[in-house]
Amino acid sequence: MNNISASEITPENTYLSRRQFMMRAGTMAIGAATSVACREIPEVMRGPEAGSTKPRPTISGTDELGDTWNDFEAITNYNNYYEFTTEKERVAALSQNFRTRPWKISVGGLVKNPRIYDIDDLIHGFEQEERVYRLRCVEGWSMVIPWLGFPLRKLLAEVEPTADANHVRFETLYDPQQLPGQRNKWYEWPYVEGLRLDEAMHDLTFIASGIYGKTLLPQNGAPIRLVIPWKYGFKGIKAIVRIDLVEQQPSTLWMAAAPKEYGYYANVNPTVHHPRWSQATERRIGELTRRPTMMFNGYEEEVTYLYKEMDLRRFF
Amino acid sequence: MRRKTSLRLIRAATHIGSLSPLATLIWDISAQTLSVNPIQDITVRTGKPALILLVLTLACTPINTFFGLKEILRIRRSLGLYAFTYTCLHFLVFVGIDYGFNASLLQEAIFKKPYALVGFLAFITLIPLAMTSNRKWMQRLGKRWKSLHRLIYITGPLVVIHYIWLVKSDIRQPLAFGAAIGLLLLARLPIVRSVARRMRVQLRRRKM
Repeated sequence: MNNISASEITPENTYLSRRQFMMRAGTMAIGAATSVACREIPEVMRGPEAGSTKPRPTISGTDELGDTWNDFEAITNYNNYYEFTTEKERVAALSQNFRTRPWKISVGGLVKNPRIYDIDDLIHGFEQEERVYRLRCVEGWSMVIPWLGFPLRKLLAEVEPTADANHVRFETLYDPQQLPGQRNKWYEWPYVEGLRLDEAMHDLTFIASGIYGKTLLPQNGAPIRLVIPWKYGFKGIKAIVRIDLVEQQPSTLWMAAAPKEYGYYANVNPTVHHPRWSQATERRIGELTRRPTMMFNGYEEEVTYLYKEMDLRRFF
Repeated sequence: MRRKTSLRLIRAATHIGSLSPLATLIWDISAQTLSVNPIQDITVRTGKPALILLVLTLACTPINTFFGLKEILRIRRSLGLYAFTYTCLHFLVFVGIDYGFNASLLQEAIFKKPYALVGFLAFITLIPLAMTSNRKWMQRLGKRWKSLHRLIYITGPLVVIHYIWLVKSDIRQPLAFGAAIGLLLLARLPIVRSVARRMRVQLRRRKM
C-alpha cells in the first residue's frame, strides 16, 4: 500500500505541468546552452528568493496514498519555528530577512573525513530529488509537502562514520540577533536534534533545501533542514549549521524542555499518547474533519524493522 | 450626576470590549482571513476571551473592596455572561466543528486529553451561574444565591489547569493568568477585606 521504492518517487521535474514546462522550455534551453556542465536543478526551480514577488507555484500532485499536496501558501505561512516566534502565522513575516548566505555546515565528530561544507557545495554536491512526504506535527495537524533535497545517507557516506559512531547530532544556528526567539529563556538554545545512526542512514531521512521545486524559504528552515517523515515534525531541525556523529544518544531541546513529554524517538504513533493529549487523530491542513493518525505516519512498512523488539511506549 | 456618566461609560466600554473579539472573529471568518488551520484559530479566539472575561468578572468585587468603586459591581453580571457566551462558543466549536459531534472521538478526547475534561468541568460549573444570573433567580434563591455563585471560585482554577495542560511546554502565560486569579481569590479572604476597608477609611480621613 505504501511501499515507496525509489522508482515511485516523483522525479524532480515531472510535476511541472506540460504547459508550464513548455513555457519555461525556452529559458531552460538558453541556460543549458550557456552552462553545459551545470548538471544541477534547472533555473526555474531555484526561485523565489526571500521577499520575491514571483508568482507562487500553482502546480499540484498527490503523495503515494493519493493525498493532495498542501498548497505553497499554507506550507510557507503556517510554521512552527520557535527561533522566530511561537506564533505559527507570524514566522513567515519575521523570518524574511534571515541571512542564509554565506552559510557553512560543519560535519564532524566520529567520522573519517570531517568537513566544513559551504552551503552551495553541499546542496549541489548531491543529486537533487523530490520527495513528497506527510508531515505530522505533535500538536495534531498535518500537511503533505513536496520537498527537494537529498537523502542524509549520501552525506554520511561521504564523511564515513567510524565504528563507534552510534548517533547523529544536529544543531541549528545560534544567533539571537537574527533569531529573536532564542532570547526566550524557557528553552535551551540552540535547537538540537538527534537520530540513531540507522535511522539517519534510512533512505527516507532527507536533507531538504527546497519545496515545490523552489529554494527553501527561511520560515521552512532555509538554507537546509532535516525531514524524517515517520517522526513528529519537531524532529525536523531547521537552519542546520552542525552535524556530528557521536557515541552517546544526545539530548535534544524538546527533551530538555519536557523530558516526560517529548522523547528522543518521537515516532508518529497513534497508540502512544502524549501524556496530555491523544495522538489518535489529526487534522490535515485544508480539511475540516479529523482523520485517524497512521502508525509511523503511514511509513510503517519502510521503518518498522528499525524498532524491532523495542517497547515503543518506553522509547517514545 | 458624575457617577451616572461614569457608570454609562463603564457599561459602554464593557459591551464594546466584550463584543469586539467576537466581531473581529466573525469578520475574519467572513473575509476568510483566518489561518490555514481555521478551527484551531476559532477555538483559541473564543477560549482566550472567555478566560480574560472570567478574570475581569472575578476582579469586580476586589476592585470595589479596595477602591470603593461601586459602579464596577453593576457590570459584573454582563462580564460573567459574556464569559459564559465565549465559553459556550468555545465548547461548541470543539464538540461540533472540531470533532463533528463524533461520540467515539469525543469520548477518546475527553479521557485521553485531560485538558478537555477539565475544560468541560469548568464549562459545567458556569451553566447554573448563567441560568441564575437574573434578578428573579436572585430573589428566589435569596441567601443561597451568593453561595451558589461562589462556584466561580472553582471555575477559575479549573480554567487555569485547562490552559496549563494544553500548552506545548512554555506554561508562563497560563501561570500568569493563574497568579491573577489566585490574587483575586485571596483578595476575598475576610482578613484581606477588613484590612482593605480599614485602609480605605483611614485614607478618606486623611484627605478630609
